[in-house]
Amino acid sequence: MVALPSRHRSLFLLAGVVLLQVLLLAVQIKRDSQGRLIRVWTVSAVSPFERGGSWGIGKIRDAWRHYFALSDTARENEALRRENGELKLEVLQLQSKSAEADRLAQLLNFKQSQGKVPMVVARVIGTSADANSAVIYLDQGLRQGIKKNMGVITPEGVVGKVIESFRDTCQVLVLTDPYSGVGAMIAGSRIQSPVNGTGEPLLNMKYVGNDEEVKAGDRVVTSGMDRIFPKDLPVGVISQVKPGASFKQIRVRPSANLERLEEVIVLLTTDPLVIKSPESTAPGDASTVPAASGQTASVPKPAEKQP
Amino acid sequence: MNEAFDLRMGESHIEVHKFHGGTILLSAAAALILQAFLPAHLPKLAILDLPLLITIYFALSRRNPSTGLLLGTIIGLLQDSLSKTPLGLFGIAKTVIGYLASSIGARLDTEHPAARFALTAVFFVLHQGIVALIQKLLLAQPQPWFTMRLLVTVLVNSVAGVLLYFVLDRLRKS
Repeated sequence: MVALPSRHRSLFLLAGVVLLQVLLLAVQIKRDSQGRLIRVWTVSAVSPFERGGSWGIGKIRDAWRHYFALSDTARENEALRRENGELKLEVLQLQSKSAEADRLAQLLNFKQSQGKVPMVVARVIGTSADANSAVIYLDQGLRQGIKKNMGVITPEGVVGKVIESFRDTCQVLVLTDPYSGVGAMIAGSRIQSPVNGTGEPLLNMKYVGNDEEVKAGDRVVTSGMDRIFPKDLPVGVISQVKPGASFKQIRVRPSANLERLEEVIVLLTTDPLVIKSPESTAPGDASTVPAASGQTASVPKPAEKQP
Repeated sequence: MNEAFDLRMGESHIEVHKFHGGTILLSAAAALILQAFLPAHLPKLAILDLPLLITIYFALSRRNPSTGLLLGTIIGLLQDSLSKTPLGLFGIAKTVIGYLASSIGARLDTEHPAARFALTAVFFVLHQGIVALIQKLLLAQPQPWFTMRLLVTVLVNSVAGVLLYFVLDRLRKS
C-alpha cells in the first residue's frame, strides 16, 4: 500500500469526512419526485454506464446480425418475397370477390323486387372474337329457359337481346353493336324513336324532328314497341343534341355499363311486362306514367354508372 | 500530550497549546447546550453561533488539521442533531472550518485579539457560505447568503469570539 505523505494525510481525511457527511445528507434528503437523493445520485452515476453498455452491446449485436449472421438471410428474403407475392395475389382475388358479391347482391335485390317477372341471372363468360361487333356470351341457355329475342338487362338499364341460345349458353347482341336497336322514347316528352348502336360507346337516337324540344340530360327509356323489352326500362341519358337535315342528331350514353358487363339478367319472356322500381310506390311520383295496357308502369330512374 | 511544544514552520516557531483533560469535550458540550438553551429564553442570543466559536478556537489552538476537522465534524453533527437540519449540514461546514482554522493556526500567530477578530469574521462568513451552498446544491433550498444581517452577525460573533477566547485561554495548561 502506498503511504500518504503526512502533509497530505489531513487533506485526505478532510475529503473523506466531508464525503461521508455528504452521503449522510443524501441518505436523509428526499426529493418529492425522485425519491431519496442518494438514489438519485446513484442512478445518475450508474445510468450513463448502463446507457453506454447498452449502446455498445446494441452495436455489436447489430454488427453481428447485419454482417456476420447472414447465412440464412438470402433464403429467408426469397421466401418472404414469394410469400409477399402470394399475399398480393390473394388480396386482389379477395377484392375481386368482394366486388362480385356486391354486384350479385344488387342483381338479387332487383330480381326480388320484380317478384312476378320471370328472369334469370347469368354471368358473362365471353365476348365476340370480332372487334367490330358487340356480342357477349352468357353461362345460361336453353336449359334455363332462355330463347332467342329475349331481353337482357342489368338493374341500371338495357343491355341487349339474345340472338342465339344453346344448351347451357347463349349469345347476346349488346346495344352498342351497329346492328342492335331498341324501341325507345324520351321519358319526359314521350317522343318515341328507336335507339341503335354505332359501334362506339354512345348510341344514336334517330327520327326526332328538328322542331321537337330535346335537351342534353333527358332520360331515354324503352317504349315497349319492339316487344322485346318492357316499357319504361332505362336505356340511357341524352349527352349531345345537334340539329340535322330533317332530324336531330342525338347521342345517348347507355345507362348500363356496357363495357364492363359481368353479370346480367335475362328476361324469360317476350310478352309485355311491367317492370317496377322501388321508387315507383310513392304516390304522385312524377316518374309514374300510365302504361299502354292500362296498368301503371313506373320508370326506373337511371342508376349511376359504375366507375 | 500534556505539555506545550513548538511547531517548527520554516524560521517561525508556533506554539501548540494543550488543555486540561476534558476541557475540549466540556467546552463543546456547554456550547451546544447553551446554543440550544439560551435562545429559548433570550431570543436575541440566537445570533450567536457558540459551537462555531468553540470549533474555531480549539482548531486554532491545537494547530493540527486532523484534530481540527474531526472536532468540527463532531461539534457540527451534534449541532445538527440538536436542530431540525439534516445531519451533515453544519457537520460539513464545521469540518471545513476546523480544518482551515487548524491549518492557518499552524502558520500564523493567532494570539493577538485583532487577529482573532479577523479570523473569526472570515471563518464565520465562510461557514455561512458553506451552509448556504449545501442548502442550495443538496437540499434544493437556496437561501440568501451575503446580507446585512450576515454582516451584523459576523460583527457580533467576532466580538463575542474574542471575549470567549480570552476566557478559554485560562483553561490552557501553562
